Amino acid sequence: MSPLDFFGWLGDSDWSVALHESQYAYSIIESIHVWAMAVFFGTVVMFDLRLIGWTLRKVPASEVVTRLLPWTKGAFAVMVITGTLLFFAIPLRSYQNIFFRTKMLLLLVAGLNVWLFHSRIYPKLVAGDVDGVRPAAARAAGALSLTLWICIIFAGRMIAYNWFDCDRQPQLAIINFLTSCFPTDEGP
Amino acid sequence: MLALFQWCYQTALGEGIRESTWLFPVFEAFHLIGLGVTAGAVLLVDLRLLGVGLSKQPVAQLASAAQPWLIGSLALMFSTGIPLFLSEATKCYYSFPFWVKMTSLLLALLFAFTIRRRVAAMALPRPLTERATALTSLALWFGVAWGGRWIGFS
Repeated sequence: MSPLDFFGWLGDSDWSVALHESQYAYSIIESIHVWAMAVFFGTVVMFDLRLIGWTLRKVPASEVVTRLLPWTKGAFAVMVITGTLLFFAIPLRSYQNIFFRTKMLLLLVAGLNVWLFHSRIYPKLVAGDVDGVRPAAARAAGALSLTLWICIIFAGRMIAYNWFDCDRQPQLAIINFLTSCFPTDEGP
Repeated sequence: MLALFQWCYQTALGEGIRESTWLFPVFEAFHLIGLGVTAGAVLLVDLRLLGVGLSKQPVAQLASAAQPWLIGSLALMFSTGIPLFLSEATKCYYSFPFWVKMTSLLLALLFAFTIRRRVAAMALPRPLTERATALTSLALWFGVAWGGRWIGFS
């Protein structure tokens, strides 16, 4: 079964159709996704700005991490759950959506950045080994994280728009390639 | 009032956004990014007032650290939100969530720059005062966010 078949089948399931056609459930889930984003991104921004050195300079970066991270993690969990439900409501269209694909790719990169930060830079910050962390490295980590999350929000917001959707042809060949779209009808 | 909204709707900026495919979504995305930063600046202080988050730090210090980011992100919210409003002003006039948002926004701003600011600057506030301030602030901003998201659903 190809991914296209699988997501097509998923989209035809009763639960997916019910969620897609519900009057309130979809909107409520999407709202929760946005509010969780505000908590998630809000705490990430404050921490990244601290790393860059633009705010909370008097507070140790390790304290900002330990105190804010539970909120960041909790909000992220809510985003994953609500995000999965939103995908489940419209699986095939989301899978083929160019902005959705961009977002997932950027999420992978952001995850890699988090992993690198917590394995390389963070232990030194906690140990008070401020000299072991080059200020430039901490600043770069903060700036990279901030840029990635801004791009992820941007891509996420654009998923709602259908400019490059498979059912809107003709599209450039490169777009159809990037969206796994095989138009059968070239249109008028 | 309706006449004012109709005038807003026909402004050049409003019309330009309506006619463009990209402008509305791009303004929306930046509006959303501004929302996140506002939330961060608000949460930093409100969580502290609730006794969680950066609870080892003095409230006044956190409040002054968050202040420029609160004001900066609000500036981003206004500079993207007003054009979005102009492009669909007449729809907003008839939208219940829009009025919830504007009422909450007015109250949230008033509260943030009067009572909350004073509580955050107090030397020895009572915990109850701190908690009530944080919960009021969070509730008002939640009203803004709720209304904002639901303007789009109507």
